Amino acid sequence: MIRLSAKHLLLLKTIIHLGSLVPLILTFYQAVNDQLGGDPVEALLHFTGIGAFNLLLLSLTVSPLAKFLKIGMLIRTRRLIGIYAFVYALSHFLSFIFFELQLEWSLLISEIIERPYITVGFAALVILLLMTATSAQKVQQRLGKYWQKLHNWVYLSALLIALHYIWSVKSDITQPIIYWVILIFLLLLRKDKFIKPLKKTKKTTKRLA
Amino acid sequence: MLIKKPGSSHIKEHEVTDESIYRGRRQILKSMGFVGASALLASPHSQAISWFGKDDDEVFVTSPLSFNSVDKYKSDEKLTPEAKVTTHNNFYEFGTGKSDPAAKAQGFKVDPWTLQIGGLVEKPLTLGYEDLTTRFPLEERIYRLRCVEAWSMVIPWIGFPLASILSEVKPLSSAKYVAFETLEDKEQMPGQRSRFVGGGVDYPYVEGLRLDEAAHPLTLMSVGLYGKTLPPQNGAPIRLVVPWKYGFKSIKSIVKITLTDREPPTSWNRLIPAEYGFYANVNPKVDHPRWSQARERRITTGGLLSRNRIETKMFNGYDEVAPLYKGMDLRRYY
Ligand code: HEM
Repeated sequence: MIRLSAKHLLLLKTIIHLGSLVPLILTFYQAVNDQLGGDPVEALLHFTGIGAFNLLLLSLTVSPLAKFLKIGMLIRTRRLIGIYAFVYALSHFLSFIFFELQLEWSLLISEIIERPYITVGFAALVILLLMTATSAQKVQQRLGKYWQKLHNWVYLSALLIALHYIWSVKSDITQPIIYWVILIFLLLLRKDKFIKPLKKTKKTTKRLA
Repeated sequence: MLIKKPGSSHIKEHEVTDESIYRGRRQILKSMGFVGASALLASPHSQAISWFGKDDDEVFVTSPLSFNSVDKYKSDEKLTPEAKVTTHNNFYEFGTGKSDPAAKAQGFKVDPWTLQIGGLVEKPLTLGYEDLTTRFPLEERIYRLRCVEAWSMVIPWIGFPLASILSEVKPLSSAKYVAFETLEDKEQMPGQRSRFVGGGVDYPYVEGLRLDEAAHPLTLMSVGLYGKTLPPQNGAPIRLVVPWKYGFKSIKSIVKITLTDREPPTSWNRLIPAEYGFYANVNPKVDHPRWSQARERRITTGGLLSRNRIETKMFNGYDEVAPLYKGMDLRRYY
């Protein structure tokens, strides 16, 4: 087992902060100054959408990676990556409201209700919001076992985003399919998580019967 | 400032065309980071990135055209800067990203070129590269371009009415439709080589119009924009411009025009029939299944914070074409 020193962890976290924040700020800066190509709104939606999904998948990779490399401390970066996934997803949603719809609220509501790809994107965002809101350690302790239950929803959120993505694409779906493959691979790595509770419920139903 | 509802007075606000934009194309390209970014990528490892495209520093050379400006087709709407017209393109033959065509098409060869006009006509016609800009008198027309993706531009095109070609070839009475075809050249068009680059479209790209639509005086064969010949990303050396229809109808880099008696297949309709019809008239009341068509984002100058969302007009504001569709259910024939 390899040990990460506190110093290493700090370095890793700094890299995560910079790697997430710098491109986000730079992209917004370019967009505001009309340096992001012909249609800054579209460029921004794509950048923040893909950025959020990448970060979320990265956060799901942390735990299997820590096990594989036998570096337990790695887990301590997971929360930060998850929070940045939410920050990107929120920027994505706010870009949609402020710059795509330009604050036409009635349209926002009808889009969320009527367009299936927006509906699932919104559901995914709500899950990420709940997870971020409960990510502080104090809250985790207070919530006890419910915390784990809630945070297992991250997999549902990732599936909804993969669906949102493949639905949003205009024609060729090669790229979203690559994301699906990665996601399914990550889910398979953690299949115990889903199978155990299933077995448990089976047992309890048997006992009840 | 009060937030005004966009209406007819809205247009007047932007009456002045930004002259510096009209002229200083390279400057703007640079400040947009377009040249800068590719130079940055290219400088230390130019060998490595040359796998992806041909020579990235190559710039297609356009040349000035002589033309008349017709009062009827002038406009007081604010033009989309040339730098945006030529860097924000859908031309999947060169990739599906909006900046791909400008980045990957600079080496495109347009001379020699052959445009064949045939099918159900009395006098088939073949035009060479020179003919495209010399055979018919050229005029400048400022048209709105409305993309099906709900953004729009205002572009000063140079060209001649398709009707001029039609009256020369003399359609037979059996001709009812006009079919168009883009060049097929896998060597030059990476999107035609690979599904991944080309968005899964079945190439060559094809489009079509009803004969009366094709003969309408608004329907333009364009050979230039902003006073010069077309750059490849905008469909050099000759493209169609049908301003009351969504942009994908305005097929680029045309090699074949064929008059037919049956409705010709069209590329986007073949790909996703439920989303893209043969007619594709701009219509704020008929939504794309995945987004609303009631409004559009007008691309001019100004970045993210410019409030550029305006109402989409029926037939993109070109009401004179309404008689073509009298009695048709435009919800059904979308
Ligand atoms: C209410 C919430 C959301 C709304 C309204 C929304 C809206 C959109 C829109 C309009 C697009 C299409 C952009 C275009 O093709 O022009 C899009 C694409 C996308 N969105 Fe969202 N989205 C939401 C939530 C999310 C969330 C939570 C994520 C990820 C964490 C996400 C990830 C993506 C991705 C990956 C794309 C594809 C980007 C691309 O094609 O490059 N979205 N979204």
